[in-house]
Amino acid sequence: MDAILFLIFAAIAVGCAINLVVQTHPISSALSLIGVMLALAVLYLLLGAEFLAAAQIIVYAGAIMVLFVFVIMLLNAGAEQRVNRAQFAKFLGVPALIGFLGVVSFLIQTLMPNTKDVVFGAFRNGTAEAVGRKLFTEYLLPFEVTSLLILIAILGAVVLARKEI
Amino acid sequence: MPSAVPVSWYLILSAILFGLGVAGFLFRRNIITVFMSIELMLNAVNLSLVAFSYQHNQTDGHIFSFFVMVVAAAEAAVGLAIILTVFKNRSTLAIDDVSSLKN
Repeated sequence: MDAILFLIFAAIAVGCAINLVVQTHPISSALSLIGVMLALAVLYLLLGAEFLAAAQIIVYAGAIMVLFVFVIMLLNAGAEQRVNRAQFAKFLGVPALIGFLGVVSFLIQTLMPNTKDVVFGAFRNGTAEAVGRKLFTEYLLPFEVTSLLILIAILGAVVLARKEI
Repeated sequence: MPSAVPVSWYLILSAILFGLGVAGFLFRRNIITVFMSIELMLNAVNLSLVAFSYQHNQTDGHIFSFFVMVVAAAEAAVGLAIILTVFKNRSTLAIDDVSSLKN
């Protein structure tokens, strides 16, 4: 059952990712990216990361992608034009990518031959309680610094989006 | 078919998604699609962090993944503001036309 779920959602993630790269219209790419994120959320659940699965859907698929779709709509972005280099990319880039992924997969399988089997429910340290406990004790300083980062990001976005620039 | 898959399969899936993100980053010409490819790469890294967290039975990977999400959110806000400004000044989204730093 776990293997079937993994295969289904891995296939959805890879298919949506390929669609993201292949589509020329940004809206199609954005919807494919949402598909990837939802499939990854299910995979997080399989790995026992309940909190992260919820955060993935709320923060990524909910907040970030809405921002993307909003900007695409605002700028009225159309399909991008084909350039001549696309042929070059197709004939050299795709085999290079497939070869690279083959080498990486081979390395992962040889360097880590006996990793654990992923069984749903075997990992119990991914609940909101466990993550929160870790976040507010051991990683308290990085957590607080993150708030500063977000503050700077807000200021940057406001300054950049002003009319005068 | 085995009833459960090993963690290394998740790592391979993460590598595939990361490679597709790199491909999108290099091949696409639309600045928004390039930006979405970066998000795809961040997601792939998150998956491998969570998978390693499962392998070592620790929560630390989840925390790193959480921080990656926060940084991605901040990056999206600033990056999309930059895209808006670029579009306002040049009325184009093609990255080939935005090359004034080159010369």
